[in-house]
Amino acid sequence: MEPIIKTEKLRFEYTNQEEQQIAALRDINLEINKGEFIVIIGHNGSGKSTLAKHINAILKPSAGVIWVKGMDTRDDDKVWDIRQTAGMVFQNPDNQLVATIVEEDVAFGPENLAIPPEEIRKRIKEALEKVGMESYAKSAPHYLSGGQKQRVAIAGIIAMKPEIIVLDEPTAMLDPSGRREVMETIHYLNKQEGITVVHITHYMEEAIDADRVIVMEKGKVVMQGKPRDIFTKVEQLKALGLDVPQMAELAYELRKEGLDISPDVMTVEEMVNSLCQ
Amino acid sequence: MLKDITLGQYFPGQSFVHLLDPRIKIIITFLFVILIFFVKTYLGYGMVFLFLVAVIAISKIPPKYVLKGLKPLLFIIILTFILNVFFTSGETVIWSLGRVKVTQEGLRQGIFMAFRLILLVTGTSMLTLTTSPIDLTDGIESLLKPLKIIRFPVHELAMMMTIALRFIPTLLEETDKIMKAQMARGADFESGNIIQRAKALVPLLVPLFISAFRRADELAMAMEARCYRGGDNRTRMKVLKTHPRDYIALLCTLVLMIIIIWDSYL
Repeated sequence: MEPIIKTEKLRFEYTNQEEQQIAALRDINLEINKGEFIVIIGHNGSGKSTLAKHINAILKPSAGVIWVKGMDTRDDDKVWDIRQTAGMVFQNPDNQLVATIVEEDVAFGPENLAIPPEEIRKRIKEALEKVGMESYAKSAPHYLSGGQKQRVAIAGIIAMKPEIIVLDEPTAMLDPSGRREVMETIHYLNKQEGITVVHITHYMEEAIDADRVIVMEKGKVVMQGKPRDIFTKVEQLKALGLDVPQMAELAYELRKEGLDISPDVMTVEEMVNSLCQ
Repeated sequence: MLKDITLGQYFPGQSFVHLLDPRIKIIITFLFVILIFFVKTYLGYGMVFLFLVAVIAISKIPPKYVLKGLKPLLFIIILTFILNVFFTSGETVIWSLGRVKVTQEGLRQGIFMAFRLILLVTGTSMLTLTTSPIDLTDGIESLLKPLKIIRFPVHELAMMMTIALRFIPTLLEETDKIMKAQMARGADFESGNIIQRAKALVPLLVPLFISAFRRADELAMAMEARCYRGGDNRTRMKVLKTHPRDYIALLCTLVLMIIIIWDSYL
């Protein structure tokens, strides 16, 4: 099957304030399949946000190509189709809500797509139900918690019926319970609605349930694979300045001390099972 | 503390007045304001007053709440009254002290002017009290649509108003936060003369502006990511539709206008 997102030697350069050419992305070759749950990790300046903005055609490649559902983002006629196909959720929930009432905000995307009013209402209802915010349809965004605001932002994207949702550190500004809400919502959309998810984060715990983890460093993809394969390479990740999920680290340390712990322990439960054997 | 400031002072409700089409309400308010400047007789004032009382009664907004809006204007109203009483020339002197005299005409003019101001403020505040800011924006956008022909950016204006309304609470919260942060580091916003106080605001305004620009930048990107490309080819979830009640309200206003103009001028 044709991958839904494909990049070929994707490169992005910009000039900084000192007039230096900086390459934020260096020759990235990636394939993301429909329905996959991808988590991209990497520390600040690794190019993960830049990559995300390419999927939504907010940024255009300096060299190389990125195809979203077969559409080349350099093609100006396709920009709006691409943005409808690949919705994007940003870090700060306050800075992406446009309207003063939740349902009006969710309506913003469909309104831009020139969808008839009755259909918009139907979509708002569906979208808010999917993120579990239907009872807040008439609320003002500034009365909601961070997690709720972020779920409204996600609903605003779902109402446009995208096939891909790109989330650029949507949990970075949230408290633990807000983070949990958002993660549950994203997983639900991926499992139940079959939406391809590209989730950028620096919370390693959020990567455990992904189908694939992509590790970026200095504009390059340095590792990718199943979470269990990635997080067992503890030393490699530490060398990149990244953390591993707590339990994976504990398992690693215990193994170093000579305990017989299976290498792919990721969660507390698995750790308990492994220890009690 | 800044959070307590309410803008637009909308009083939510489901009354006949609340449910009117915002466009009709704006038109009626306009007509009402014009009407007030036409009124010349006691009977006319009486009728306008009754009309306003009826509107307030139907809207089910506590009259006390409506009158609260007059408080900041009390000084101007009293001043207008006094000026008109003492400086209107007239024949029938009621009371005099040396050169200062109060005439019947002056008293009448003073009462009319003060009453006119009260009606004006109360009447227009009924619009903002019964219409949510969003409906108001939609109404203005729809009413100004004909101006598109002369390339007046109607949609952009409405979008700006919506975004401004959306960000008022956010920015107020932020101001509060910055203020507390500066106070924690010893900034003093409360003492000193006016110049010192204005100077103290600089460390508050600079971070606020920077953050507002950053927010604007991010919002613009988020809007583009959601396919926003201006007002062309855009639909609206809420389509303004006039109902029979809107025509009834408009008709009542027109009837009142005709009676008053007939009473005052014919």
